Amino acid sequence: MTDPTAPTPEADQSPDKGTALLEFRKVNTHYGAVHILKDVDLAIYPGELVCLLGGNASGKSTTLKTLLGMVTPTSGDVVLDGEIVNDKPISYRVERGITMVPENRRLFKRLSVLENLQLGAYLRSDKDGIAADMQHIFELFPRVEERLGQKAGTLSGGEQQMVAIGRALMSRPRVLLMDEPSMGLAPALVQVNFELIQQIHEDGMAIFMVEQNANMALSIADRGWVIQTGRVVLDDTADVLLVHPELRASYLGGHDER
Amino acid sequence: MNELAPPRQILDQDWRRVLQFGGLCALALVFIALIGMPVQLDTRILIRRHLSLGYLSLIWIPIIMGYLVSKELVLEGIISAKKGPRDLLTGALTGMIGGAGLSLLAVLINNYNLRDPLLNWSPQTLEQLNFGNGIGFGIGIWLLIGAALGIFGSALHVLPALTAKAVGTALLAVILVSILETAITDLLQGFRLTFVTDSLYAKRGGLSVVSTIVLIVFVMLVTVLAAGQGEALREKYDALDEPKRKSTNLTLSFTGVIILLLLPLFLGKIMNELLANVGLFVLLALGLNIVVGLAGILDLGYVAFFAVGGYTTAVLTSPNSPWISPELHFGIVILIVIVAAAIVGLAVGAPVIRMRGDYLAIVTLGFGEIIRLLFLSDWLAPYFGGAQGITNIPPVDLGFAEVKGSDPRSVFYLVIFFCAVAIYVSWRLQGSRLGRAWMAIREDEKVAEAMGINTVNAKLMAFVVGAILASFSGAVFAAKVGSIFPSSFLILVSIIILVVVIVGGMGNITGVIVGAVVLIGVLGGPKQPGLLQELGTFKLLIYGALLIFMMLKRPEGLVPNARRSHELHQEEFLQDAWLKGIVDDDDEEEVTA
Repeated sequence: MTDPTAPTPEADQSPDKGTALLEFRKVNTHYGAVHILKDVDLAIYPGELVCLLGGNASGKSTTLKTLLGMVTPTSGDVVLDGEIVNDKPISYRVERGITMVPENRRLFKRLSVLENLQLGAYLRSDKDGIAADMQHIFELFPRVEERLGQKAGTLSGGEQQMVAIGRALMSRPRVLLMDEPSMGLAPALVQVNFELIQQIHEDGMAIFMVEQNANMALSIADRGWVIQTGRVVLDDTADVLLVHPELRASYLGGHDER
Repeated sequence: MNELAPPRQILDQDWRRVLQFGGLCALALVFIALIGMPVQLDTRILIRRHLSLGYLSLIWIPIIMGYLVSKELVLEGIISAKKGPRDLLTGALTGMIGGAGLSLLAVLINNYNLRDPLLNWSPQTLEQLNFGNGIGFGIGIWLLIGAALGIFGSALHVLPALTAKAVGTALLAVILVSILETAITDLLQGFRLTFVTDSLYAKRGGLSVVSTIVLIVFVMLVTVLAAGQGEALREKYDALDEPKRKSTNLTLSFTGVIILLLLPLFLGKIMNELLANVGLFVLLALGLNIVVGLAGILDLGYVAFFAVGGYTTAVLTSPNSPWISPELHFGIVILIVIVAAAIVGLAVGAPVIRMRGDYLAIVTLGFGEIIRLLFLSDWLAPYFGGAQGITNIPPVDLGFAEVKGSDPRSVFYLVIFFCAVAIYVSWRLQGSRLGRAWMAIREDEKVAEAMGINTVNAKLMAFVVGAILASFSGAVFAAKVGSIFPSSFLILVSIIILVVVIVGGMGNITGVIVGAVVLIGVLGGPKQPGLLQELGTFKLLIYGALLIFMMLKRPEGLVPNARRSHELHQEEFLQDAWLKGIVDDDDEEEVTA
C-alpha cells in the first residue's frame, strides 16, 4: 500500500529529488522500419518504485530493453547518473547499477541455485562483497539458502521468484528493472511476489516495474506511467492513477481484475 | 511395493503388447539379417562350434524383447502381479513371433529373388538362417529358438532376484570374455599368464565349450557369494565423513592413474595402438565437450581444428614439407600449434558465433569441410601438398625417448600427457567464472546477456579453447602416423566425436572420457579399428543406433553426474524426479499455487 504521507514527486518536474538515476530523454527506437518508442521521456529517482503500464505491443518491453542496452535508441538519450550511455554495452550498465529481472524469471534451470546467484554477480570481483551480499539474500529469503545445491528448475514457483530476485540483487544494483513480475504466476503467487518487491523496495532499492496488472502494480508503486503505442500518455503519482477515469476505463476495469 | 498380487491366469494376456513387441522383434531380426550382419560377422567365433558374432547379432534381440515385454513399471501404491507362467508365455510368444519373422524371410528368400535391391537376399543368408540344413529345418528352428530365447528373457523376471542376477551376469560375462578375446589374450600375455588364455580360448579363436561352462559356473558363484557386498561397500562409502571420503576418492583415483600408467608396459603392440587411438579421441572429445557440453555451441566442423594441429605439425617438422620446412622440435611446434589453432578458432568462430542453434550447426559443418577442401585444393598444394599430403613427419624426440608410430606405447604416454592437460583445463574451467558464463549461455543466452556476460567473447573463448585441445590431438596424430592427408579429416570424424560426447554425457568430464573409451575402444574410430574390428562397416550403424537410444532413454549420458546426485538429499531427489515430468522441458512456467 502506498503511504499517503510520503512525498509524491511530480515526475520530471521535481528538482528537489536531485539527479535522476536513470533517464530517457526523447527516446525513439525502431525495429527495422517500425517505430516503437516515440519521444519517450522517463526518469527514475533513487529509492522510488515506479511502474510502467500498458497493453500488449505498447512498447513496455522495448522500454526495458532500451534501458538495459539490448536495444539502441535511434534518437534521444539514455542517461545513467548524468552520463549518456546510448552506445554502452549491457555489461557497462550492469556494472553501474542496472539489473533486470526478466519476464517469467528465466532462471538457469539446469544450474544450481548457488550458480544462479554467482552468475548474478558475474561482473563483480570483490569476493568479500559478494559473500556479504549472498548472506544478505539468505536473510531476505531463508528458503533460498536451504535450496542452494538444488537445480533451479526443480524449485517451486515462489522459490524460483526469490532466486530470480536474489540473482538480480547479486549485482548490487541501484535500480532493479522488473519485466512483468506477475506474468505466468498463480494468483496466490502474484501476491507473494508483490510482497517481495515491496520488501526490496523498503530496503531502499529503486525499482522500475513493467506490468500489465495495473491495480496490483499501482497499489505498491510511488509513481506510474502509462504507455500506448509507444507514447507516454499518462504520467502521475500512483494514487492519482489508481482513480484516473481514463485509466480505470481502459486498464483497471470497474473492479479488481483478480 | 514388495507386496505381490496373486499370479494372473496363464492366458490372461495383454495380446496387443505381445503383438507389438513380437512385431518389433521380428522387424529387428529381419533388418539385421538383411543388412548382412549374420553372414559377415559369422567368421568371428565366440564359442567354438556353437556361437559366432553373426548369430549373436540375431539372438540378443528376442532375449531383450522377451525381457522387456514382461517387464512392468513398478508403481508406488499399486500392487504388481506376481510373475509367473503367464510371463513366460508372453516371452515365448514374443520371441516366437520374432522367430517367425526370420522363418518367413527364409521362405521368401527361398522362393523369390530380390537380390537386386537387397544385396543380402542371398543363398548365404538363407544358408545361415537354415544352419545348412534345408529350408524346412530353418523355418522350424527359428520358431523354437525365438520362443526359447523369449522365455529366457522373461524368465529373468520370474526367477528369484539373485538367481536372475547371477544368470544375467554370467551371460554378460561370457559375451564380454568372448568378444574381448584379443584384449584379454594380449593382457594376459603381458602378465605371463598365457596358460589361462590357452585353457580359456580354443586354438583358432573363441571360447571352448568347457571353458564357457566353467566361466558361467564361476561367475554365477561369484555373483551369489558377492551379493550385497557392493551395496554394503557403497553404504560404507556414503557413511564416510567429508575428509575421509575425499581421501578415499584420492586414493582410488591415484590407484587408477598408476594402473593406467603401468598398463601399457604389459600390453602388446595392437592393444597399445588401440589405447593410443582412444587417447587421441579422448582428447578430441574433451575439447568438443567444452564447446558443446559447456557452452552449448553445436559445432559440427570440429575436425577442422584437428586438421590444423596436424598440418601445422607436419609443415613445421617434416623435411618433405613442400613449402617451408624448418624441422623444428616438437616442443616448439606445440606452441606454434596453439597459436595457429587459436587464430583459426577465432577466424572460424567470429563469423558464425552470432548465429543460433541450427544455423550455427550448419555453418560450422560447412567450415569443417571448407578447411579440409582447402588442404586438398590445388591452390594450396604448394603449401600443404594437396592430395599427396605431407609425409615423413619425424618422431617426437623427447630427449630420453622417441615417440613414433611404430612404438604405440610411447604415443600412448604422450597422448596421456595431453589428456591430463585437457582434463585439468576442463576441470578448472568448469568451476571458473568463464565456465559459469558458458553454462549460463547454454541455458539461456538472452538472460546471460542481461547478467552482463559478453556472450560473443565467451563463446569465442569456448571455440578457441576447444580448437586448441583438438589441435593437440592433431599434432600427436601427425607424429604418430608420420604423414598427413586431407582424407584423414573427413566430416565423419566430427560426427563421431560428437556422438562420443553425447553418449558419454555432455558437460561431464568423466562421462566424456568413458564414452570415448567405450565407443572408440570397442567399436573403433572413423578409420581406426576397435576391439570389434569385424564390425567394419556396421560400426556407423551401431554409432547411429546408440545415439538414438541414448537421446531417447538416457539423455544425461552413460555416466550421470554423481557429484550432483550426491549433493541432493533423498527428498529433494524425489522432488527432482517428480518435477522432471512437469517442468524440465517446458519453456512456459508451471503454475503452482
